[in-house]
Amino acid sequence: MADALLKVSGLQAWYGESHILHGVDFEIGRGELVTLLGRNGAGKTTTLKSVMGIVEKRTGSVTFENGELVGQPSDVIARRGIAYCPEERGVFSSLNVDENLLLPPVVKPGGMLVEEIYGLFPNLLERRRSQGTKLSGGEQQMLAIGRILRTGATLLLLDEPTEGLAPVIVQRIGDILRQLKTRGFTILLVEQNFHFAATVADRHYVVEDGRVIDMIAAADVASSLGKLQSYLGV
Amino acid sequence: MFELLGISPGALFGQLLVGLINGAFYAMLSLGLAVIFGMLNVINFTHGAQYMLGAFVAWLMLTQLAVPFWVALVVAPVIVGALGVVLERLLLKRVYHLDHLYGFLLTFGLALIIEGGFQLKWGSAGQPYPNPLPGGTNLGFMFLPNYRAFVVVAALVICLATWFLIERTRLGGYLRAATENPTLVRAFGINVPRLITLTYGLGVGLAALAGVLAAPIYQVSPLMGTNLVLVVFAVVVIGGMGSIMGSIVTGFGLGVIEGLTKVFYPEASSTVIFVIMAIVLLIKPAGLFGQTK
Repeated sequence: MADALLKVSGLQAWYGESHILHGVDFEIGRGELVTLLGRNGAGKTTTLKSVMGIVEKRTGSVTFENGELVGQPSDVIARRGIAYCPEERGVFSSLNVDENLLLPPVVKPGGMLVEEIYGLFPNLLERRRSQGTKLSGGEQQMLAIGRILRTGATLLLLDEPTEGLAPVIVQRIGDILRQLKTRGFTILLVEQNFHFAATVADRHYVVEDGRVIDMIAAADVASSLGKLQSYLGV
Repeated sequence: MFELLGISPGALFGQLLVGLINGAFYAMLSLGLAVIFGMLNVINFTHGAQYMLGAFVAWLMLTQLAVPFWVALVVAPVIVGALGVVLERLLLKRVYHLDHLYGFLLTFGLALIIEGGFQLKWGSAGQPYPNPLPGGTNLGFMFLPNYRAFVVVAALVICLATWFLIERTRLGGYLRAATENPTLVRAFGINVPRLITLTYGLGVGLAALAGVLAAPIYQVSPLMGTNLVLVVFAVVVIGGMGSIMGSIVTGFGLGVIEGLTKVFYPEASSTVIFVIMAIVLLIKPAGLFGQTK
């Protein structure tokens, strides 16, 4: 892929003494929605955190718009135009919904307006004065996604946005991801829920033991089901 | 009514004013401690020394350079706050990830060094600082000195402005969020280490501002902060760590209670705050306004 927006090669990462990533390679083109699939503990979340610069130690190369990110602190990486939505959602309890939404600073022009975000998530508008952590799990997830759309970031890193949510909410989040893709966002999605991932993604990378071991395009998912099942143990 | 209680109205209101003045200093100092603790996770035992530095810088500016009080009121806190920034960059940032005990030892040791150095140079006796607002108003029931009235009002304005900055502005939102989850706030593109440095500078500047305000009332001496900060730590424990409004209300409230104790039962006036602290710790260990995390 000549015009990769994000290119990860030979990425290794450590937490203290434990070596988690052993050389991850993948890339995402502009406007693509790509997932990292894999079992628990395969290194998907650590891969996102390594791209974002919030692991203790990392080596290898991560380039975004041809600029190297390894060695940069996370605030600098964010200002290049990458936004992160953590698995635990990270909604702040000392801030209300409005303040949570307005917290991430605008890093580039071209982000969505607050009104557009509330249009996408009408539930949040009704509760804009509520304490962030008083929301339901689904609403907190929408808030965690909503607040990174304002900043002008072009690459969104989403860590298991469907985890622990009711099927109807998962569907809603799927709709939103497709809308975000049509708006031009590039999305890297970590998922355990393969059935959900298959409905939204262009391509899937399979992560195992801290490496990317396979890549499956959306068109080949049906013919690769047996292989995928053995990878994911489902 | 006053005859019934066996005290004169002059004594009552006089002590009430003394209580309000002391409370103003308790509030300003415990506010800075609360802000610093929330963000840095360090209990700043250098706070009393930094309050003293504020008073000393103002006094040196007046005696060496003839800089008037009103200029020193702005410039001295900026100088001491800048010293705080240097201190944070050079030393404090090295202890954040360690046990609380290291922050305590570092800041306590620094206070001893600073206060010891000043005693060596200027001795322990107080240096007088002339009253910048002489005169007063006779309110009928009591005489209100102008400068003391100014201190109470100024402290209230300073406390409420700090509350507004932290609870109602964008910068304050960053501060509150970074207190909860600094890693994520940084991953949003905010330079959290710089925010921490700024917070420490602000907290130290607040202590120095209180010190300048205190100079004309209590005299300027190297140990002026040690005596005060002991009570301020009790105030912080009673109010609960980390609550801005809690620090303000508790500071003024305890000052007034202390003043009233001087009228009704003078023997207890120096211990009443510690008695209240013991009771609060028994009933509500997190403090009156504190939240258990």
